[in-house]
Amino acid sequence: MFDSIFQNLFNALQWGSFYSLIALGYTLVYGVLRLINFAHGDIFMVGAYIAFFLSIFFFKGDLALSGSTTLVLVIPLTMILTSICGVTLERIAYRPLRRKGANRLYVVITALMCGLILENGNLAFLGASRKSFPELIDKVVYQFGPISMTNLKIGVVLSSIIVFFILNAFITKTKIGMAMRAISYDKFAIPLMGIPIDTIIVVTFVLGSSLAGLAGILFAMSYPVLDPFMGALIGWKAFIAAVVGGIGDIKGAFVGGFLLGIVEIMAVAVFPSTFRDLIAFSILLMILVVKPTGLFGIAKSTKI
Amino acid sequence: MLLEIKNLYVKYGNIEALHGISFTVDKGEIVTLIGSNGAGKTTTLHAITRVPPPEGSKVSGGDILYDGKSILNVSAHSIVADYHIALAPEGRHIFGNLTVEENLKLATYSRKDDAARKKDYERVYDLFPKMAERRYQRSETLSGGEQQMLSVSRAIMTACDFILLDEPSMGLSPLLMYDMFRVLKKLNEEGMTILLIEQNANLALKFAHRGYVLDTGEIVARGSAKDLLNNPDVKKAYLGG
Repeated sequence: MFDSIFQNLFNALQWGSFYSLIALGYTLVYGVLRLINFAHGDIFMVGAYIAFFLSIFFFKGDLALSGSTTLVLVIPLTMILTSICGVTLERIAYRPLRRKGANRLYVVITALMCGLILENGNLAFLGASRKSFPELIDKVVYQFGPISMTNLKIGVVLSSIIVFFILNAFITKTKIGMAMRAISYDKFAIPLMGIPIDTIIVVTFVLGSSLAGLAGILFAMSYPVLDPFMGALIGWKAFIAAVVGGIGDIKGAFVGGFLLGIVEIMAVAVFPSTFRDLIAFSILLMILVVKPTGLFGIAKSTKI
Repeated sequence: MLLEIKNLYVKYGNIEALHGISFTVDKGEIVTLIGSNGAGKTTTLHAITRVPPPEGSKVSGGDILYDGKSILNVSAHSIVADYHIALAPEGRHIFGNLTVEENLKLATYSRKDDAARKKDYERVYDLFPKMAERRYQRSETLSGGEQQMLSVSRAIMTACDFILLDEPSMGLSPLLMYDMFRVLKKLNEEGMTILLIEQNANLALKFAHRGYVLDTGEIVARGSAKDLLNNPDVKKAYLGG
């Protein structure tokens, strides 16, 4: 009984890592722009596809590099290319609306449409057939007592933890990170400090999208079947994780992602697997009812 | 002339807020714009600092010259970073989720002058000892008066040589108000040019060299601060008899 709990818990950490990496992107953009970037789940999908094509090119193509060399090249390249995709969305879709002072609702709808365009653009140009991601590294299974861990799962969990600490240091220590936090409190005063708002926004999209790209690679390696709609449900779940954690706060997104992973896996451990999402979301709903601002969210107070 | 406002028209949507105002500020001067609520004082400052919509408004006519060059097409952050004009806005607009020190640090975002920057921290902590005391505190926990000090401190940290102050006395106790104006006077003596907006016309005219009276988007009186203080119309309308 306990053995299976620990085993499940470890699996939960892997799923939590995916949710966390994606949730961080939602929360970063929300913190800076007060925009729920509903295209973000699809950015994750784009990341997985970019990783797929790069891997095929380096690993299976004429170059025929080794799996580990391919991985070392694919990780940074995917993150860069995915962030270009995210920044492009901001440039061609969100920024023009912002300039015209459009109501936030229209921007959110635009984000939803961008997501649908990415999904259906993929469907139209790459076809409905699923892509299977090449196996870049050999699977190694470690046995820790009753718990078995694969090198890949350990890598996924470690990556998300390391990335979180790097991101946290960036947000708290650098001036750009400070500006990102400051915008969420008072956007008006940002240019008054000599800070170009658009630069901060672009950096935010670069960070969020590159994390989604990383999640895309890790996910594709773990579950090597890609389809154009793979980002939709996982994106929604990550968004909910970000809200439960307290949207706008990166600690919240990180913890929220893992919480969702754990709740889901534990639900499956006890109930039939068809109950998974029902139970997971019911628990999250209860958390929000008790604390509507999310676990780490705080209501903003202003002094007159 | 450091700043020259030439026949400036400003609109919020279809509503015209400034109907062709002109005034100047010389280097090293303290100039004040006085007038009642809704006269267009804040609108004028936002036009100078190029605050973008929706908070800002649209210049529909006239020109703003700084050092002889039009700044109408300069972006808001460049006004601070490249022209060294800073605004301590009405309502303070401090970053409450950051500490006092982080607020100050953020104001140095575009500065590359490391040595001068270090000196400016000392200068601010010297001018406002309260800021040094509260350095590591989240700034939303400061009192209203301290937040006002932080707002002015932040403007100083941008390395401005021209500071626009929008109601710096708002919410301050008489003692803190006196303190604030003593500091502003000192800044001016060190070479800072100041354009001050105040509801408290009495206080503003005692502090400034020159003044302009703004009434529903037009300048209705101008002159040395002393003349304005003794002007019977100004006295009646703004100085309480």
